[in-house]
Amino acid sequence: MTGKLDLDPALVAQARELARRAGEPVTQLARTHTTVSVERAVLRLAGLDGADEDGMPWVNRLADAVRETTGLEHGVALPVWDAMLTGGYPDLRTLAVDAAAGLVKFRLPAGHEGDAAIQAAARSVRKGISRIDAQRAERDRMLVQTSNPPMPWIYLIVATGDIYEDIPQAQAAAREGADIIAVIRSTGQSLLDYVPEGATREGYAGTYATQENFRLMRAALDDTSRELGRYIRLTNYASGLCMPEIASLAGLERLDMMLNDCMYGIIFRDINPVRTFIDQRFSRQVHARAGIVINTGEDNYLTTADAVDAAHTVVVSQLLNEYFGREAGLADAQLGLGHAFEINPDIPDSFLLELAHAQLVRELFPDAPLKYMPPTKHMTGNVFAGYLLDAFFNLCGVMTDQSILLIGMMTEGIHTPFLSDRDLALENVRYVRRAAGRLGQEFRPEPDGFVARRAGQVLGESVDLLRKIGSQGLLNAIAEGTFGVTKRPADGGRGLDGVVERAEGYYNPASEILEASR
Amino acid sequence: MSLTGVVRPYGDTTGDGRVQLSFTLPVPFGDETQRARAEGAALQLAAKMGLDPAMVVHAKGMGPDFTFFIVYGRVSHLVDLSAVTVAEREFPVLPAAEVNLRIRSALGRKLVVVGACIGTDAHTVGIDAILNVKGHAGEKGLEYYREIRVVNMGAQVGVADLVARAAAEHADAVLVSQVVTQRDAHLTNTREMSAAFHAGFGPQRPLLVVGGPRFDASAAPDLGVDKIFGRGTTPGEVASYLVHALAPAKEAA
Repeated sequence: MTGKLDLDPALVAQARELARRAGEPVTQLARTHTTVSVERAVLRLAGLDGADEDGMPWVNRLADAVRETTGLEHGVALPVWDAMLTGGYPDLRTLAVDAAAGLVKFRLPAGHEGDAAIQAAARSVRKGISRIDAQRAERDRMLVQTSNPPMPWIYLIVATGDIYEDIPQAQAAAREGADIIAVIRSTGQSLLDYVPEGATREGYAGTYATQENFRLMRAALDDTSRELGRYIRLTNYASGLCMPEIASLAGLERLDMMLNDCMYGIIFRDINPVRTFIDQRFSRQVHARAGIVINTGEDNYLTTADAVDAAHTVVVSQLLNEYFGREAGLADAQLGLGHAFEINPDIPDSFLLELAHAQLVRELFPDAPLKYMPPTKHMTGNVFAGYLLDAFFNLCGVMTDQSILLIGMMTEGIHTPFLSDRDLALENVRYVRRAAGRLGQEFRPEPDGFVARRAGQVLGESVDLLRKIGSQGLLNAIAEGTFGVTKRPADGGRGLDGVVERAEGYYNPASEILEASR
Repeated sequence: MSLTGVVRPYGDTTGDGRVQLSFTLPVPFGDETQRARAEGAALQLAAKMGLDPAMVVHAKGMGPDFTFFIVYGRVSHLVDLSAVTVAEREFPVLPAAEVNLRIRSALGRKLVVVGACIGTDAHTVGIDAILNVKGHAGEKGLEYYREIRVVNMGAQVGVADLVARAAAEHADAVLVSQVVTQRDAHLTNTREMSAAFHAGFGPQRPLLVVGGPRFDASAAPDLGVDKIFGRGTTPGEVASYLVHALAPAKEAA
């Protein structure tokens, strides 16, 4: 499988080393800071859920109350569990209600009282982590009881806005051949600094990610998995301002994959870069523990930038995502690095260029479950031509042994897919798999031919860019518009006010358990 | 060139009226009886749509409850070309150099454009394609024009923030992109935006331009904006419109 492109192993090693060097200062930042969402995730792992009558989650109310008195630089755990013990509270919810009403005086306990708070906090959070562990074991059991479908996994999206409409659509898609169901989130959610609560029936171009929606969909897909004898994976989004909390909820409710990119929120949602990198590290530690496969978002770069000119930015981002992912404890088999089939079909040899890029990524990351995204930018409204383009995408995916194929819709960009669009799309990929499933084994690009040379060129450009990023610093590179043509300064964007530098004696029971499990 | 007369769809012979369509009906396609009934249902719909004769060339069950059809048929309708109305573009598309020149001579300063996606819409692809240097369809975006100063506020901008920023930047024009159309969000958001500008600025308000794939281009007055751009709009068209509206050519002496 590997070695079709005759890549220079020294150059590949150099690229990884440069990515590590570019990422390390940012990791250091994440180790020395926390965010409001990281702290709220601690409370969620300790079992605090629900919301006040205005729909504001109790984790927000409690974390805000702590922030107003002791600040968050020591973490929420010490003041919260100290208040639990000294106030004799039966549970976190009761404490949160009182705290929201201004009835709790938080303090930083020291000495014996500090030790007692630490022990109580660790005990509570360990329950949440144990539930994540149990869910991971349950996934393994389900995989044995049903079956693990062969790759490439077919990935389909549902996005009605109403969880009770999503469920039958997801089950229908699974019966028609989908291996992975992704529930697209409501378009506003990434910029909400709280996670909505409960089952939701209203969303814009997607359905809110809530713990209850996660639970409902996973339960429905468990039924369908048993019915089909094939485990149907469930995907959602750990991006936006609440990445750590949503990652925790995903672990608790046994989601199988999560969109989680090191830079997507920064570039495409204008979320503060520092906030993003801190939240990302914690969320990936949770994913690592939960056995969740992350999906990174490099495909997005190619929707704003040209897919040929910017091919190396995809590889650079993948290498950074790999570094940050491994640093957070993810195994290579959990790194669903993303890329896309977005080259303008009017240019000569466009398919060869796509093959070169896809094969390059395959060989750079041999053990990663690569996620390959279908054409969107050059889907014109000519649905017949679009169907053909999607077939070429499927062919490229099969030939280069991609692991996860997001199935292209011929009506991309026109409307949310009709039932028939989805059916035709599955017919398309089934045909390609049946007709050319083994083409990858037979396909070998000419040594030093067009495909091999193009792949080498993209790798070379990636190394050059990584060197540049290393010398200017990753945050500066992002500020200068290196990725996705958008400039995002480190002191701009949303959510910076939720970043807190850790003080001496900062304590986070979740981080301690997650770091120790590596 | 104006077309007149009466035409019919062209399949392979003048006037044969042949068209093709596809659709799904919520009917099962299981046993032979169900299949016959499904095809009959499809033919009934085709007949009501004016296809006569019609032929179901493909029918396929999708799950237990639905059937997909591809139908060919002959329409009896006539197209009266003299009754076709189109919105003519009221301005010429100018090259970038000409746009810059017109701004310099008419305004004597840079033209200021503030752009944003408003409401919950996070799809910045459209506004970025118009504003970013990178541009769209081979044309550079407005940032590329020397005489245009672009402030791109990005996604999910509140209307109040947009109004405040437009005032602070002394915006000549405000560009708003709306992609999400669920529950007519694009119309609701646009009305809210235009009302805020009318209320906040009065007659001195900046030019209001909205764009998105699902707007009706003729609805500008109804939505309280000056111009609506649809799918496939290029940055050059937008720049040319801005110049047409804000920097009119000097009358020849």
